[in-house]
Amino acid sequence: MIEVANIYKAFDGKQVLSGINGKFEQGKTNLIIGASGTGKTVLLKCIVGLIQPDDGSVFYHGRDFTHADRDLKTDIRREIGMLFQGGALFDSKNVEENVMFPLNILTKMPPDEKLDRVNFCLARVGLENVNKKMPSEIRGGMKKRVGIARAIVNNSQYLFCDEPNSGLDPQTAIMIDNLISEITKEYNITTVVVTHDMNSVMEIGEYVMFLHKGLKIWEGSNETISRTEAKELQDFIFANKLMRTAQAK
Amino acid sequence: MKSIGKYFIFLGSLFVNRESFKTYLRLIIDESILVGVNSIFIVAIVSTFMGAVTAVQSAYNLVSPLIEDYIIGTLVRDMTVLELAPTVIAIVFAGKVGSSISSGLGTMRITEQIDALEVMGINSASYLVLPKIISAVIMYPLLVSLAMFLSIYGGYIAGTLTNILTEQEYIYGIRLDFNPFTVKFALIKSVVFAFLISSISAYKGFFTKGGALEVGIASTNAVTNSCIAILLADYLLAELLL
Repeated sequence: MIEVANIYKAFDGKQVLSGINGKFEQGKTNLIIGASGTGKTVLLKCIVGLIQPDDGSVFYHGRDFTHADRDLKTDIRREIGMLFQGGALFDSKNVEENVMFPLNILTKMPPDEKLDRVNFCLARVGLENVNKKMPSEIRGGMKKRVGIARAIVNNSQYLFCDEPNSGLDPQTAIMIDNLISEITKEYNITTVVVTHDMNSVMEIGEYVMFLHKGLKIWEGSNETISRTEAKELQDFIFANKLMRTAQAK
Repeated sequence: MKSIGKYFIFLGSLFVNRESFKTYLRLIIDESILVGVNSIFIVAIVSTFMGAVTAVQSAYNLVSPLIEDYIIGTLVRDMTVLELAPTVIAIVFAGKVGSSISSGLGTMRITEQIDALEVMGINSASYLVLPKIISAVIMYPLLVSLAMFLSIYGGYIAGTLTNILTEQEYIYGIRLDFNPFTVKFALIKSVVFAFLISSISAYKGFFTKGGALEVGIASTNAVTNSCIAILLADYLLAELLL
């Protein structure tokens, strides 16, 4: 479980996050949603330690990550897998080398075992016979899947996804969402997804935290979100004509 | 001043939370090929013509009958060893390798590849930058040694083919009053220049913010700042060591 406690962050005097609290439970797909510029990605970066919050703490199974010493931080980070918005695959490495990279750096596994693990993870995300392709030779959806394979290859305990289905067609986006949800259940990991896609919310949002102007406005699940009385959240959900039509029915 | 302070903190960060020696060894070999082997062609072309032009222009200026022709060989040797090979090639090296380091790291930054390394618990500065600096410091003195040889050889070819002086005069000239310390001085300079070029370029690339435009700006700044640092270090080393 990951707990964020009273997170504050400002850039150049502009408050981006104010007193964010929440618990992301193990085995669940946890979503942070909100419109663009509401601080979702900043919160995610505070959680994974890419940005140091001005105040507050992030706890990984009770371990204070924000104020941990370098060794503990490194230990916790080695339990983290992350899928970045653009995939963040290493341009100079092919698909196999990208997925194998965490194993090469973080483990002493024999080469054969590493290759087996890489092939297993690539098969798990539905990719086969692409091992030798370079990132520039594969499509957006495949890049995301390679990113997921790289994130889980080291048996990560925590999976973070930043806008996993941005720039993808609706079918591929749903496929990526379902893959994330399945992996969460299968490996009983704690998954946190940042998105502004309501399809993702309805598809996989077991826990949903809604941010607006740096504040947590609402939390709940995809089953209760449409019954919200929070004006900001209603505006966000029903901005989409499809959602308005569904609501009217 | 803030930028200089940040640069020194960046240098300090290269030596904490490092990966295994084996990891660095593989990276250093890869980088040495990129930094050194791939620069041989441009260094060879520039240094050969540099020596040839020095010989021809020295001959053009030495019109007094009191000055022997073999002095052209001596001039080519001293200019090459003391200044042209380490410093002019450093400017070329900054343009080729410095811009490549900066744009490579800048692109990794804006495409979140550096963030991906950090999230894995890897010290991205150390993992990406330290091998580049070590490779540059190892390979650049070798390139300078090659440049010295080819520049003197270029002077020999130009001098003898255009009948400015004979083979014997040129060889006598380059052996006349040779001070071995000048070679040592050139190699010391080359180590310092290699460190400055690779570290400044890496610093500029590593902290790139924005998009493709900013990568280009970082790359330009890397070359400009490296050139200024080279000239400043060149003067300081000359004052200190000569």
